[in-house]
Parts: sequence; structure tokens; C-alpha cells
Amino acid sequence: MKDLVYLPDVVTLALDENKCTGCGLCIKVCPHNVFELSDRKAHIVRRDFCMECGACALNCACKAITVNSGVGCAAGIINGILKGTEPSCDCSGSKCC
Amino acid sequence: MNTSYITGSTEAAGKLIPEVSAKIGFKDFLGAVMVRWGFNRSRYRVSPGLYAIGVPGPDSDVFVTANYKLTFDNLRKNLQNTDGWILVLDTKGVNVWCAAGKGTFSTAELVSKIQSVSLEKVVNHRRLIVPQLGATGVAAHKVREETGFNVHFGPVRASDIEKFISNGYRADSDMRKVKFGFRDRIKLIPNDFLYGKYYLLGAMAVLYLLSGLSMNGISFTNFTKTGGPAILNAFLAYCAGIVFTPLFLPYLPGRYFSLKGFFSGMIVFVALLFTSLSHETFVTGLSWLFITGAMASFTAMNFTGSSTYTSLSGVKKEMKIFIPLQISFAVLGLILQITGKLIN
Repeated sequence: MKDLVYLPDVVTLALDENKCTGCGLCIKVCPHNVFELSDRKAHIVRRDFCMECGACALNCACKAITVNSGVGCAAGIINGILKGTEPSCDCSGSKCC
Repeated sequence: MNTSYITGSTEAAGKLIPEVSAKIGFKDFLGAVMVRWGFNRSRYRVSPGLYAIGVPGPDSDVFVTANYKLTFDNLRKNLQNTDGWILVLDTKGVNVWCAAGKGTFSTAELVSKIQSVSLEKVVNHRRLIVPQLGATGVAAHKVREETGFNVHFGPVRASDIEKFISNGYRADSDMRKVKFGFRDRIKLIPNDFLYGKYYLLGAMAVLYLLSGLSMNGISFTNFTKTGGPAILNAFLAYCAGIVFTPLFLPYLPGRYFSLKGFFSGMIVFVALLFTSLSHETFVTGLSWLFITGAMASFTAMNFTGSSTYTSLSGVKKEMKIFIPLQISFAVLGLILQITGKLIN
């Protein structure tokens, strides 16, 4: 089956290639194969596949990657609005992503 | 709590470490079925700490996991041919990926568990295998700074661990990718179905009450004639969103879940036209088009959280477009529903 892809041109993922040291950890942690390594630098090659989980940015020791990460969950966003907090998939145990 | 998976204990670094079996027993299977249906889900946990599987020694690998029992069981059943240590973090009974997103499967929790079990005395290497999906919460370079242990992000699925090890701690790109196949989606349906049960009951109650309206006020004949079908229609509209949409996700048109749900709702609506709606008036029929569309679209939108590929920015965009439409459809549907009863 082909990969499922969500909406085009929405994600906040950004990579500063000048800061990148080419360690390749972003490629290892990305669950959707967004990055590729060439010329000893990481590149964003499948941007629309990014789900903003934040694993790459957290594991980028040289802080080359930024992303506004969070849960891509409508119920979580509604919960956040109702409780006045950040979007959270904390649905008191009844449901969680 | 069922602890039948603990089969004995072994001594390491002057402490007794519980030994666990790699076999999934009947109780484990039953527990898994129950949590999939939402029973006891928030308390389906194992105690955090260190466990032994097989006959591990100081050179054996350390596998880090969450204390959701479904996760723990999935790991140990995939370590049948491996001697190793399992380090269970306290994730409050939540799986690795969600816990990493929530911040309980984290650098701080991993560091604190490494220290509290004195891992550096149990093993003589400095290698930890952390599931790849834990990377949302664990920063490998910080763990190394604070404990000296090197995090190796393993494959996404526990079933690839033994292959990962025999590959020299390397995951190929297929092992690194999250999938969302038919079987993955089907497992999520029971919990998602039950999540909105009170909304469903509420919608059923409102539509049942409306079914009794007539131009002369409340009519008991109408209740008996259209009350049952109204409840059934609401139930099927809900199913269109939270059962049919997940099942046929890749084949429904559009990228927005709300749109996919709307199309499922329309399939249900057409089916209803030939059955429970076949004797209804045009206005009532039209009212069900809007109600079914709104309910199916809204419930399908909530499946974004269960899917493995939606982003926060994307879902926010989807909600901005579709929530106003869903509300308009619901209101329009209810107005038509009432109008249909009153002019009939």
C-alpha cells in the first residue's frame, strides 16, 4: 500500500543546513522518512509526510531543526480549547491516541 | 494484578531482578482483548524497573520500554531468542509513542531509571536500545551526557528487534517507518467507538424526541413509527465516521478526515434512502442527509488522533475549515427535521 499523506504545505518543520553536522540522527528517528543525507548534510525531502512529532528536533544536538510539535488529534485540540491548555491527548484514560 | 509473566528471579549487582517469560499466556491474551475494548485500560500496567528475559549477563542488551502492559507483552514476546534486560519506564500505563509525546517517556525518566536500578553495575557495556518512537521524548545526546549510556534507537516495531540486532544495531528504512495498515486501523476501532458513546446516546435521544413531533404537538404514533428508525440512522451515521472511515481510510476521497467521513456518511445515507427513509417525505429525507453528513464528518475528524500521520498544524487547519461546516450541517439538519414533522 502506498504511504498515507495528510495535507500539503502545512507543517512547521524547518532545517538550517548551515548548523547541520550531518550526524544523521534525524533520519534514524523520523517515522515517515522525511530526511535524507547527502553531501554530509541532512535535507528535507518529503516535507508533507512530516507529522510534527518533534523527534528530530529533540535529538538534533546542534539545534539545526525546529518544528512546532504536538498531537495531531482533533479531540486533543478540542480538549485543549475547553480546558484552556495546550492540545493534549490526555483524555483521562478513556481514550488516548 | 496479573503477574503470571514473572517466572522467577535472578541476581545482578547485588539485587534480585524479576525474570519474565517470552510467552504470552491466556491471561495476557484476554487482558489484551479487554483493553482493546476499553476495560481497565488506564490500569493495565506493569511495575516500572528492571527485568530479565532469557538468561542475561553483563554483556546482554538493555531494552527500554513503557509500563503499559500491552507494550511490555509485545516486547517480551518478540525477545524469544534473546537474553536481555528490560528497563521499564514509568509512563503511567501509556504506550511508548503516546507517552513520549506526553513527556512521561522522557530523557529525565530514562536517566532516573538508569540511576535507580544502578544499570552501570548490572551491565559492563554502555548501550541502550530505545524504541524509535520513544525519540519524541528521549534526547540521545542528553542521556549520554548525564549517564554515559549511548542510546541506540531501535526499530519502530518490536517484531524487528532481533533482526535489528543481527544487522549490527542497524535498522533499514522499512524498520524505521510507521505504517497504518488495515490491521493496525481495525484494532483501534473499539476504543474509538466507545470514546464518543455519550455523544452518540445524546444524539440518539434528541433525534428520538424529535421523531415524536407532529403538527398537532407530540404524537405517540410518530414515536412508534419513526422513533426506531431515527435511532438506527443516528447509530449508522456515527458508525460511518468511526468504523467505516478508519476501515476504508486509504480509499475514501480527499485528504481531510472530515471529508472522508462525510463521504462515508453519504454512503450510509444512500443505503438509508432504500431502507428506513424510503417512506419519508422529501424534507425529512433531506434533513437526514445533513445530519448524517455532519455526524460522520465530525466523528471521522476525531480519528486524526488515532492515525499515525496527521500533524498538529494540519489538524488545526482541518478543524478551522470543517467545524463551521459540521455545525451548519447539524443545525440545518435539525431545522429541516423539525420542519418536516410540522408540515407533515
